Amino acid sequence: MSKVIVVTSGKGGVGKTTSSAAISAGLAMRGHKTVVIDFDVGLRNLDMIMGCERRVVFDFINVIQGDAKLKQALIKDRRLENLSILPTSQTRDKDALTKEGVKAVLDELREDFDYIICDSPAGIERGAHLAMYYADEAIVVTNPEVSSVRDSDRVLGLLNSKSALAEKGDGSAVKAQLLLTRFDPARSARGEMMSVEDVLEILAIPLLGIIPESSSVLKASNEGMPVALDEKSAAGRAYQDAVGRLLGETTEVRAVQGEERRGFFQRLLGRGG
Amino acid sequence: MFGFLRSRKPSSAQTAKERLQILLAHERGSGGGSDPDFLASLQRDILEVVRRHIEIDRDAVEIKLERSDDLSSLEINIDMPGAKARTPG
Repeated sequence: MSKVIVVTSGKGGVGKTTSSAAISAGLAMRGHKTVVIDFDVGLRNLDMIMGCERRVVFDFINVIQGDAKLKQALIKDRRLENLSILPTSQTRDKDALTKEGVKAVLDELREDFDYIICDSPAGIERGAHLAMYYADEAIVVTNPEVSSVRDSDRVLGLLNSKSALAEKGDGSAVKAQLLLTRFDPARSARGEMMSVEDVLEILAIPLLGIIPESSSVLKASNEGMPVALDEKSAAGRAYQDAVGRLLGETTEVRAVQGEERRGFFQRLLGRGG
Repeated sequence: MFGFLRSRKPSSAQTAKERLQILLAHERGSGGGSDPDFLASLQRDILEVVRRHIEIDRDAVEIKLERSDDLSSLEINIDMPGAKARTPG
């Protein structure tokens, strides 16, 4: 049974596409057939982050409108055999996405893939709504910063009311988990940045992972390589850990810095498990 | 000494958390509830009732709703004018 997972945030620039790429790569590395879809119609960027921007011939919108077959639009990653990318259109606008069209493409992808990762655009309008609508699970990407946390809270409200699972009205819900990105443990320790605990207390969803602020993220996007492939970087390892937890492993949330934080993370996992 | 200073002035992270908690309590109340925006209308009603008896500023009524699993609390703060307080008539 395949799973549709939306990577969403409300706010832009918090790391949705970086996280979509890294998590998709991590799932594929563990042997799961994975496809990652760009829902940001008109502002295509997943292709650049994945390093396949020169291989795009047909896109998601062409498939929805019947101008191309799904297999023609899917791009197979050259590094990971289990990974495919479905790029979006750079020239159309988000009105080209339809509920029926998205459903048809997702249903066809479900036949071939274990994980379908939907990279949502920022905002809460059509593209973001359709990216989350058919999701079984959600990864809410949040920076430890007031506007990002507020927007994540809004998105959580939408997942609970405007998704296909929520609309069934039988108590079904999209399983949402928090991915805290651009976290700086030193600044948090100095009281300049909200702590992991603060954000979790406010949003009240389980913690999927903490991605530390890291220069390797920009380096990876410069090179068109999902950062999860960079085993030397703390961010890459943090994404790998998050993928493990997404798959139900109860790996400890790695202490981002300093021994004194470890007890806290252990408590978190004890509670979340 | 630094501990003393810190206890008097909250860290900016603490301020961020508190601002979010207050704001989101309002936004969640008005988001999916059966009575959208009830906090805002409650605030207007309280202001109107109080102003029948005491002259207070239009922004003198502050409402905080805090929700948790076990306990929800509604906190209403009304800023009273100091020496000018009087009943009409």
